Amino acid sequence: MKQIVLMGNPNVGKSVVFSRLTGADVISSNYPGSTVDYTRGRMCRGGTVEEIIDAPGTYSLTPTNKAEEVAAKMLEEADLIVNVIDATNLERNLFLTLELIESGKPMVIALNMWDDAMKRGITIDYEQLQKTLGVQVVPTTALSGEGIHCLVESFEHARADRRSPTTEEDKWVTIGAITKEIQQIIRRHPTLADRIASASIRPMTGVPVAIGVLFLAFWVVRLIGESLIAYVFEPLFELYRPLAMAISDWLGPGFLQELLIGQLFDGQIDYVQSMGLLTTGLFVPIGMVLPYIVAFYLTLAILEDSGYMPRLATLTDTFFHRLGMHGHGIIPLFLGLGCNVPGALAVRCMETRKQRFISATLLAIAVPCMAQIAMIFAILGPYGMKYILLVVGTLIIVYIVAGLLLNRFVKGESPEICLEIPPYRMPHARTVLKKTWMRVRGFLGEAIPYLFLGILIVNILYLVGFLQWLGMLLAPITTGLFGLPQDATTALLMGFLRKDLAVGMLLPLGMTAIQLVIAVTVLTIYFPCVATFAVLIRELGLRDMAKSAALMIATALIVGTSLNLILN
Amino acid sequence: MTHSLAEMHQNQVARITGLARGREFQSKMRSLGIREGKNVRLLSRHPFQGPLVIEIDGRATTIGRGMAHNIIVEYL
Repeated sequence: MKQIVLMGNPNVGKSVVFSRLTGADVISSNYPGSTVDYTRGRMCRGGTVEEIIDAPGTYSLTPTNKAEEVAAKMLEEADLIVNVIDATNLERNLFLTLELIESGKPMVIALNMWDDAMKRGITIDYEQLQKTLGVQVVPTTALSGEGIHCLVESFEHARADRRSPTTEEDKWVTIGAITKEIQQIIRRHPTLADRIASASIRPMTGVPVAIGVLFLAFWVVRLIGESLIAYVFEPLFELYRPLAMAISDWLGPGFLQELLIGQLFDGQIDYVQSMGLLTTGLFVPIGMVLPYIVAFYLTLAILEDSGYMPRLATLTDTFFHRLGMHGHGIIPLFLGLGCNVPGALAVRCMETRKQRFISATLLAIAVPCMAQIAMIFAILGPYGMKYILLVVGTLIIVYIVAGLLLNRFVKGESPEICLEIPPYRMPHARTVLKKTWMRVRGFLGEAIPYLFLGILIVNILYLVGFLQWLGMLLAPITTGLFGLPQDATTALLMGFLRKDLAVGMLLPLGMTAIQLVIAVTVLTIYFPCVATFAVLIRELGLRDMAKSAALMIATALIVGTSLNLILN
Repeated sequence: MTHSLAEMHQNQVARITGLARGREFQSKMRSLGIREGKNVRLLSRHPFQGPLVIEIDGRATTIGRGMAHNIIVEYL
């Protein structure tokens, strides 16, 4: 099968072009580095099926980080290159174009963001550009789909124009000559919108704006999440209750009822505590967690597509630099708040091993995912906001202290930030909704099977007495150090499978609010869930993952014990 | 008179005349549009030796303080 690889600088819209060509869904955002791995998709052209590969963005074929390494490697596989160029930023983009032409592979150019360029008063004589470069150039606006048809037709005429390699200096001279000849820019005066845009990146005005934005985002997530629960999901589960009870009665007491429905409280199902596959197994992921997942990803998509994230990265750069990373560290952190798995993948946008190690370790130690956060709110909320703040505050302190220490003791370099700031864009309602849906679908596909598995394992291990034995074994830690009941051990261990389920399992133990605070904090810190663990092994390697895991367990012991001593 | 980009103050415009440090640094800067002969405007500088945000050809880029020290400019 013919391989067509999309290559281009970061944030030029490769993923959007990919979606247009293949009809497949990939996540795209308005910040450099939103694609860190390649995606394969298929396209049918003239009766033959061809494979399209969406590569991470890169400025040149000499990679400076892991994501760019992936891009350079994808080039080797290519039978045809589609070089996606940002028409509003032609000059910078042409460097990679010249490098790609020298690679001697057949190539076409998609001159993307064409509508944006026109709006900004940039005119490009693309026919002249085509003559000068010797490859097909097609203007496109991938977001609306304009020009994609012509782009596909141009594949037919793709040519390899083997040129003798030139030096970097020569390339820039060539680029200077080309842009002078074919590009005209009418500079407009800064508008009010431009002024507001630059205010958001200056420290004096930008910091209050950032605090406002984050506060608003948090408020919106809560509002949407709570509304969805109150008006959609709780009524739905009340409708389902008679059916579940009917199944329970029909099964009668025994193992199957234990497994599917679980324990009854006063002859009634308790969705949180019953621990049956058809009760808790459905209610935790759908009734308690899903609403917040939807709310979080919707808000995140708006933040991502507006172009605010690189500004936030700039404002927080000094802070993250003290922790051995740089401003880009905000991306794994934010994605991690949704789910640690994409967060762990996003550490690839960091340049050095030290930065990736710190970023990944802090993510696993101190960043709870939305599923866990939703459950923490659900079980601690009734006791009052101050207990939730206690958990959040502890985790923030752990993040900072661990970061400061890791920066001091982990060997290696922490290079400075170097990040393009894209223009603000109005997020498209359709794109935002589609992206939210893709992520929510991803959650459902992952969460429900794992939750079912978790509940199944808990039930079986209880039956054979293994959990009781393990609880005894670890009692010195759980009871002795953390001041928790012995049964909490089971819940903590189950956190390896699903953290949201683990938080739910703490509820029937009748613990005090303080004990719950200690338990959920330790649960966050001590180890990532199995899905994140698998990704981390791949990204960090076994050795570094082992070190990282040792740090997690040590931190959990220290923090759990300290909280127990301070709060009790 | 030559200065480093790190010495510029907010909203000042200057022309880039040279890039110090190694080749790798130079390549990286150039691929981000930070090249000799370009006019650069300082959009903002962040406190505590934080990063600088510069504008070249109407596009903003955030760079670290250390990088800015290695970008030589001529005041206009």
